[in-house]
Amino acid sequence: MKSSVIVFPGSNCDRDIKVALEKFQIKNQMVWHNETNLPKCDLVVLPGGFSYGDYLRTGCIASKSRIINDVIEHGKKGGLILGICNGFQILIETGLLPGALLRNKKLRFLSKNVFLKVLNTNNSFCSNYKSKEIIELTIAHNEGNYFGSKDLIKRLEENNLVAFKYCDINGDIEEKSNPNGSLNNIAGILNEKKNILGMMPHPERLIDPLLSGEDGSLLFKSLLKS
Amino acid sequence: MKINSNIVDKHGISPDEYKKIIKLIGREPNILELGIFSAMWNEHCSYKSSKKYLKTLPTKNSKVIQGPGENAGVIDIDDNDALVFKIESHNHPSFIEPYQGAATGVGGILRDVFTMGARPIALLNSIHFGETSNPKTKNLLNGVVSGIGGYGNCIGIPTVGGEVKFNSSYNENILVNAMAIGLAKKNKIFYSKAEGVDKPVIYVGSKTGRDGIHGASMASAEFDDNAEEKKPTVQVGDPFTEKLLLEACLELMMDDSIISIQDMGAAGLTSSSVEMASKGNLGIQIDLNKVPCREEKMTPYEMMLSESQERMLLILNSGKEENAKKIFTKWGLDFSIIGKTTNTKNLVLNFNNEEVANLPLSSLSANAPVYERKWKKNILPKKIKITNNLKSLKILESLSAILNSPNNTEKSWVWEQYDQTVMADTIQKSGGNAAVVRIHGKNKGIAATVDSSSHYCLAHPLTGGKLVVCESWRNLISVGSYPIAITNCLNFGNPTKEKIMGQFVECIDGISQACRYLDYPVVSGNVSFYNETQKRSISPTPTIGGVGLIKNLNFMMTKNLKKINSTILVIGKTLGHLYQSEFFREVLGNNNGPPPEVNLFNEKNNGLAVQKIISKGLVNSVHDISSGGILISLAEMCISGNIGVKIKIPRNDISPNEYLFGEDQSRYLIELDKSKEDEVFKILKKSSIYYEKIGHSQKERLELDNEFSIKLDELNKLNSGWFKNYFNEN
Amino acid sequence: MKISITVTFKEDVLDPQGKVVKQTLKNMGYNNIENVRQGKYFEIELNENDRKKSEKIIDDICKNLLSNTVIENYKINYNK
Repeated sequence: MKSSVIVFPGSNCDRDIKVALEKFQIKNQMVWHNETNLPKCDLVVLPGGFSYGDYLRTGCIASKSRIINDVIEHGKKGGLILGICNGFQILIETGLLPGALLRNKKLRFLSKNVFLKVLNTNNSFCSNYKSKEIIELTIAHNEGNYFGSKDLIKRLEENNLVAFKYCDINGDIEEKSNPNGSLNNIAGILNEKKNILGMMPHPERLIDPLLSGEDGSLLFKSLLKS
Repeated sequence: MKINSNIVDKHGISPDEYKKIIKLIGREPNILELGIFSAMWNEHCSYKSSKKYLKTLPTKNSKVIQGPGENAGVIDIDDNDALVFKIESHNHPSFIEPYQGAATGVGGILRDVFTMGARPIALLNSIHFGETSNPKTKNLLNGVVSGIGGYGNCIGIPTVGGEVKFNSSYNENILVNAMAIGLAKKNKIFYSKAEGVDKPVIYVGSKTGRDGIHGASMASAEFDDNAEEKKPTVQVGDPFTEKLLLEACLELMMDDSIISIQDMGAAGLTSSSVEMASKGNLGIQIDLNKVPCREEKMTPYEMMLSESQERMLLILNSGKEENAKKIFTKWGLDFSIIGKTTNTKNLVLNFNNEEVANLPLSSLSANAPVYERKWKKNILPKKIKITNNLKSLKILESLSAILNSPNNTEKSWVWEQYDQTVMADTIQKSGGNAAVVRIHGKNKGIAATVDSSSHYCLAHPLTGGKLVVCESWRNLISVGSYPIAITNCLNFGNPTKEKIMGQFVECIDGISQACRYLDYPVVSGNVSFYNETQKRSISPTPTIGGVGLIKNLNFMMTKNLKKINSTILVIGKTLGHLYQSEFFREVLGNNNGPPPEVNLFNEKNNGLAVQKIISKGLVNSVHDISSGGILISLAEMCISGNIGVKIKIPRNDISPNEYLFGEDQSRYLIELDKSKEDEVFKILKKSSIYYEKIGHSQKERLELDNEFSIKLDELNKLNSGWFKNYFNEN
Repeated sequence: MKISITVTFKEDVLDPQGKVVKQTLKNMGYNNIENVRQGKYFEIELNENDRKKSEKIIDDICKNLLSNTVIENYKINYNK
């Protein structure tokens, strides 16, 4: 499995994702946003951070960068794309994923560990998780509030395209366990073909027992397997 | 512009200082030159009131690579790794514009660290506000926390530790102290000393605007009723640009292009150019037409004094300019060759083909005034007998009052606004005794903490200075680290007042004594004077940023209780000192009396023993006993571990309140398996350390024999409700 | 040609910042504020005198960059 991590000015989780990919034996290359051609790879990762300082709208300017056309092509051809946090925001701005990510309901940046229920394991990112498994990952964002029209949300739910939802330690999905106001507690979604995953939590920050947990590891193991 | 005494005064220069300027340069200065003197001779840049005393601080040990005098301090943490760190204040701007003041404080301290070739790996901060009932406090607290988060999160450096304090002495003068730690290779540290004549002087980063002009002067001025009018002098930060600047600088630092580098902080282009050239005993010549400006028609005065953020000054080896320019252009930053080093030992500024300033560098730095201010000694307060009937107080109620007070409440409302885990190396986050960050790719880590105690220092500055250093040292010991060195931020009032100067001199004396005894020297720091409004001064607040090394992260220690039925041990003797305690303040409203005594021998002896038992894997959890005494520290261990305890006060000559809430120093709470008792007691006995068993851990409840029993979730509620109530959130 | 553009959230999109502004005004004593919505404002100086061409360019700019049409609306004002 070969991956490319796209680095934008202002990306700051690029090193973290590189470490995670390499830890799980995925051969990785860092690709600068200004390149015109994407190297041959199976997986493209759009990392977390504040690309372009979040100017205009989070992820917006990055979605117009030179490399993005190749990334979109890669996605349309069925190649895997993983967008984490700012990466998820960029995927939405490119139109590769539907909906919008608004400001957190409490209007504050929120950095903490959260529980998630894994709802779709029938894809290359989550195959190593058990269906409805409860995992713990970290969130750190100011604009993670997932929003879409009633029709869109209905479509995502009915077609099982919601990958993760915020829940409590027992797996209950309710307002109390929703950190940012996302509709239906949505924390991550897949596209129709399930080759593109956008998620707000950071799997790359929980791959080590010293880092308070290893629930992120299974995502990378799933990728390696696919 | 003709200079008159009014203009001199507005520049913060006294009539005597003006006479000295004329003597040093042999003539009257022009307005630009006056502005330059005003910046360089300002307290913030020249340390004129503090230099004499700062020289008495211990600054060396076997691990110190660079002490005070550079952009930051540097210590050796083994296998060619070095840690670069410093703490700095940004108090006055934060009071005027809390978000930007705090944000640019973070930006400034980060630059001080990466300018030395270190990638920043952690941020910490110490923030102090007025009483919670003060109408300004809420807005200031909100703004400062948002600003720190806004900057640190965007640039992608984890904010891993800190403290938040509330005290009426900060009602009109808040404190924002920001600390940054960076990782560098020992053999690749970059310094600010210029070397070589005719070397290109390069400006990189953001364009220069009119922000912050005379910020350094503002930092040294008291606030009066016109504080609001000072708003235009606050700098505005852009963390995105700083991230680009950080990456560009670190990229350039990979080869040998750079001779010296310094960030443009307080007094911007003036201080950086003067300091770099002075240190190298050279001169410097600048063509101001080459300075990238973002406003039109900027004058030399404005260019030299602007405090626009995110800018650095570099001196490169000849021939390296093209390559350097490529790097900065790639990152979208301005790059301009603005001058060169000379051998004239003067600062020469040209504009529109005319020489507009020419000053001997020595007059700006080496010959800047140094004052020996008069100061008054502070007498140790007497222990005034308490008239309250302490016996009638219920212990559980006292515990509740303290746990639910703003200074002691759990503070996740604050730290959840900071990204604590970006860079994926944060091993221990906020809430513990110290933050722990792994050295990337290795199994060792560094521990860091910021500590202060304005009430101890106000009561008796000499003792207070010692106490804060000991607290810092204990916190590092508690997480299993070897304390190495400190950075200090000395926040005080007006040094021309004998009482305030006395507080300063004596706090420094206390800090020196403790640092010397504990082999825990000062490698960097900052002095912030004039934290005063309408003649009301803040309490003396030295803030200590301590750093230690954890050689093997598998032996890192935490404070949360781990098991049921383990033994709870108190290390160190409890004498029951209640003056200046949380108990006195929160329960009785009493601020009188002396702070606890410090016995440096016990401090070191007890700490080294705790270090030993941690390194041998003999204990489950450790918490130093500090603010609030045994019962508060124990409650914190229970809450964080979600495990209770059952304890009984050992036989002694003091009252229960004195035992449970006394703030005697040099003590620790330890949780250990019964099976490890013998080995631990042997180690303690060998060093003649006093210890006593007080109980054992259990499920669900914190119980004090014959007194009270409280369920853990109730205890947790007591300790975590304050911020939600304050901000009306649920 | 000078053009001003206002971008606001669509009606059904939650605007928490607008809500906070409204609440703050209420706390300040302004009791007759019905609603507040927050948006963005852009001023563009376009080097094009043909009105029809300008309209196409500006409309494209709004759709492709300045607004996220999933959640935002835009209003264009042509000043001279």
